Amino acid sequence: MRLEARFKWLPSPILSLLLFLAWLLLNNSVSAGHIVLAIILAIVIPLVTSPFRTKQPLIIKPGLAFRHLMLVLYDIITANFQVAMLILGPTKNLTPGFVKVPLDLTHSMPITILASTVSLTPGTVSAEVYPWEENITENKGSKQKFLLIHVLNLKDEQALINTIKQRYEAPLKEIFQC
Amino acid sequence: MTEWIISILLLIGGSFVLVGSIGLVKMPDFFMRLHGPTKATTLGMASLLTAAMVFFSTTQAGLSVKEILISLFLVLTAPISGYMMIKSAIHHKLESIDRTKGKDNLEE
Repeated sequence: MRLEARFKWLPSPILSLLLFLAWLLLNNSVSAGHIVLAIILAIVIPLVTSPFRTKQPLIIKPGLAFRHLMLVLYDIITANFQVAMLILGPTKNLTPGFVKVPLDLTHSMPITILASTVSLTPGTVSAEVYPWEENITENKGSKQKFLLIHVLNLKDEQALINTIKQRYEAPLKEIFQC
Repeated sequence: MTEWIISILLLIGGSFVLVGSIGLVKMPDFFMRLHGPTKATTLGMASLLTAAMVFFSTTQAGLSVKEILISLFLVLTAPISGYMMIKSAIHHKLESIDRTKGKDNLEE
């Protein structure tokens, strides 16, 4: 896991990219003036705000991150159809359940991303991360963490845990190298 | 032609949002109710916004891409709000229906 950026003047590259795109999208134009203004904002805002933001792990493998994003988007679309089917089908046959997923991730940022992907993908909503700690960043060798998820239609608990770990957690571990 | 695309997108979006709302009414307990709005609406809103994008790009001068930002923020905030609601539901010890599996995971 790397917290410090490679260039001092670009403390958080992803934030800069987002600011740049958000400015262009908000103004709905790609004229030269707006591009220059967007570049200035994208460099100045992260520089000014970096002293009072907690350091977040940087994306080490952008290519893999992009592929993972595409996979998650695809899963969101299929998840929508699956959940729509479950909702429209008979309610009696649904067997909801709570499942505890042991986490290998230790930092709060990747855990947040994992919890959000779990919420957006097939039949699962993440409910809680525990044991609770004030600052997950500080103690690396701390206790094993669990993600509690609620499943709309639970069939095979172990298979579900394996899917989440392999499909969503393993790429995140590689992206952030932690 | 574009009118057709816009209408189909609007219909798809509308039906997904409708299914999400049906889930909200039909499901027996709070935890199951949460599944409809957090998921079925993401795709619904995405298609509604795509329809808006196509409409404004074709009827007005220039491309309209602001809607991408709206969908981005929706995807960011939907899981967070779902998480906050289910967390508070657990802390208030809301009843879940009897056939819920793994209730003992809740105790800690």
